Amino acid sequence: MTGAKFRHLDALENQSVYILREAHRKFKRLAMLWSIGKDSSVLLWLARKAFFGHVPMPCVHVDTSYKIPEMIQFRDEKVREWNIDLIVGQNKAALAAGRTFPNGALTRVECCGLLKKDALQQVIEEKDYQAVIVGIRRDEEGTRAKERYFSPRDRNFEWNFKDQPPELWDQFKTDFDPGTHIRIHPLLHWTEINVWEYIEREKIPIVDLYFAKDGFRYRSLGCAPCTKPVPSQATTVAEIIEELRETKVSERSTRAQDQESEDAFERLRASGYM
Amino acid sequence: MVIVGHVDHGKSTLVGRLLYETGSLPDGKFEQIQTVCRRRGMQFEWAFLMDALQAERDQNITIDVSQIWFKTRRRNYVIIDAPGHKEFLKNMVSGAASADAALLLIDAHEGIQEQSRRHAYLLSLLGIRQVVVVVNKMDLVNFDQAVFTRIEADYRDFLRQLNVQPLQFLPIAARDGVNMVTPDPRTSWYEGPTLIQMLDDLEQPVPPADLPLRFAVQDVYRFDRRRILAGRIESGTLRVGDTVVFAPSNKESVVASIEVWNAAQRSAVSAGESVGITLREQIFVERGSVGNHIDQMPIETNRFRARVFWMGDRPLSLAKKYKIKLLTQEIECQLASIDQVIDASTLEASSAIRRTVEKNEVAEVTIQSRGPLVMDNYDRLQTSGRFVLVDGNDVAGGGVIFGGVYLVHKQVKSSNITWSESHIRYRDRVERNGHPGLVVWMTGLSGSGKSTLARALEKELFERQMQAYVLDGDNMRHGLNSNLSFSPEDRVENIRRVAEVAKLMADAGVITVTSFISPYRLDRVRAREIVASSGVEFVEVYVSAPLEVCEKRDPKNLYRKARAGEIKGFTGLDAPYEIPENPELVLETSEESAEACLEQLLEFLLPRLRVD
Repeated sequence: MTGAKFRHLDALENQSVYILREAHRKFKRLAMLWSIGKDSSVLLWLARKAFFGHVPMPCVHVDTSYKIPEMIQFRDEKVREWNIDLIVGQNKAALAAGRTFPNGALTRVECCGLLKKDALQQVIEEKDYQAVIVGIRRDEEGTRAKERYFSPRDRNFEWNFKDQPPELWDQFKTDFDPGTHIRIHPLLHWTEINVWEYIEREKIPIVDLYFAKDGFRYRSLGCAPCTKPVPSQATTVAEIIEELRETKVSERSTRAQDQESEDAFERLRASGYM
Repeated sequence: MVIVGHVDHGKSTLVGRLLYETGSLPDGKFEQIQTVCRRRGMQFEWAFLMDALQAERDQNITIDVSQIWFKTRRRNYVIIDAPGHKEFLKNMVSGAASADAALLLIDAHEGIQEQSRRHAYLLSLLGIRQVVVVVNKMDLVNFDQAVFTRIEADYRDFLRQLNVQPLQFLPIAARDGVNMVTPDPRTSWYEGPTLIQMLDDLEQPVPPADLPLRFAVQDVYRFDRRRILAGRIESGTLRVGDTVVFAPSNKESVVASIEVWNAAQRSAVSAGESVGITLREQIFVERGSVGNHIDQMPIETNRFRARVFWMGDRPLSLAKKYKIKLLTQEIECQLASIDQVIDASTLEASSAIRRTVEKNEVAEVTIQSRGPLVMDNYDRLQTSGRFVLVDGNDVAGGGVIFGGVYLVHKQVKSSNITWSESHIRYRDRVERNGHPGLVVWMTGLSGSGKSTLARALEKELFERQMQAYVLDGDNMRHGLNSNLSFSPEDRVENIRRVAEVAKLMADAGVITVTSFISPYRLDRVRAREIVASSGVEFVEVYVSAPLEVCEKRDPKNLYRKARAGEIKGFTGLDAPYEIPENPELVLETSEESAEACLEQLLEFLLPRLRVD
């Protein structure tokens, strides 16, 4: 047990552990997405809680080749240290053809579609995963607020948010037609501050980019060309938590692809984005 | 906290306003929605904050459950905005099932609507005890106290029938922020708290650590040479050194350790915690097992009663197979009977004979599973007293268990129990079958419809998972009674044997339906005495139709043969039929359809077949 300061985290952790164990039990061909960001690092940590120090499923990193270099370095270090079965996914065809936003060939949203969504789809098909664990949260933005813990995608990876299975009393939808693909979201009920509080309590290692350097820090990590640091003096986890308590700026506002149109992110998600 | 109410009663507006009033909106969000509204040429729409999806903006209905966070000085809140539209009931349930408290919203102008009642009923089923009723759009009724008081009185009445004690009724106007944070002079007659004060006064429910232990096993892991039982403490407290009995196998062992990773050692864990334990003696435990303390064991049964709400597109039907999920148990099951269908908006129960429960209906049913299930009554322990039903691949219904009987479990010390101690009594058979044995004695002229009804009844009972069997002339006269003629003496003996066989079968637990002309009153009285001697109920059913009708039907060509002189002593022609004086039931088959007669039969019999 921890002190009263973090007691609310116990309930969040218990729920996530329960979901991870359900996922592990129900799906033989299961993988976890690891973006190297704070959320999926917490997810990885929760898996080690659930399975007593082990990570009994492969971790998939979708590498767009535009990731900030510190992220890759951090990834390779932890893979060794935590004994992780790492699978790297990349849309090599699109990269080779130069079909990206930084090359000027595509919009930001189209680039996300090819280098992240399609790359993920390719790994899932190649490895024949039935289910993928993803560290999204409801408080990130509107469409994610509508998600289920166990969320089916059809053969084309499309998400039908208008006809979602009911989810009650922790009895999740775990029976599917062949060909259906499942996203599992163990962090759905967490908030951004919860994630940082948990990082603080558990002393979870995270990539340095989140801490302020020369008055700026990254609040959300994506690709270098589309993610901008925010002004900040926070150099410790405690200071980040303090800063977030005051802010009214939304977390994904530093992610340029969301801002292209009113429903850019929604359309991206309905077609298979995380 | 979940917010529910009839469609268009202003849920999303209320939430948008709450966020605004508590300063919980992200910078720029207010302005962003303002721009969107201006672009569409409409006045500012609070609901757009919640209805973040494009599709919703166009339809103007909250399709799914949205979750929104805000905080007051006292604490943090998660609001679940549940859709009010009837079609989206399953989403409302998904949202409400995880809530600690509920805000029920009623439009002052429109008053209490169908969904206002239905939602309240579902909240009571889902076990949400803290309910605050918000009467919105008071501006549309000029802040008239009389309107508010009338809605309060009516709705209180309704909620009382559900055993829901509303904490407060509040008059508000969400669009203008009336009584949200500060009291408003236009409702000076209202002396209660504002909405925010009210919310801050709600209690945070405490996980039930002091209730009976239920440890639901999710999985068994082997890590680093340890065999770890992983699962969640659903209620109660588990300590190292405790003796735990795992139902349904009822094997017991002692807790050797509580396993953790990157956390302090634990000697006890309690309700709500996802844990791992090791046992001192290795016993076979698997997913689905439930760990308990011996003096507080759960119910273990394969037949139980429940209130279910159905969300599936296909109706919930008798004689169809479903999967039940209860804690981590999963097993095939069937509806044994549909006892009552409850109209969730009037609370009226209809016990008309039903073979299906339709989408959005609530019913009291009896469920039979293929094997034993471990459970509790919902009013004793919530988490082990509720379940979902899976139709095909889809979670299509939820239910709560009631009326189950707890048995006193004694610790079995000796393994030398001899069989002679365990005589199987009639009561044991009744408990296993879930219904008593019974004799349904159908009497009537040849061609009156006895056999048709007997066969239809047998099928209905069988589909309700009951043991039922028809005794008729064919299966009696071809074997046991093959040495008997149709002489008056032999007819008496024929009926005596039928009665004796029916008595034995009923004593073995079977609902035995006899289909014989049995024309003599005295024979039927004797049959009743034979059956009653073993304590089994005897139901005499007179299947009545005028002779002319029976002769016209003549399904076996017997009347024609009798008229031609080929059969002598034919009942109704040259032998008498003595009409029953006090039968339990009379079915007029010439006036009513076979279906209607069958319904009368079922209506009469099903209540007699219930075990309480």
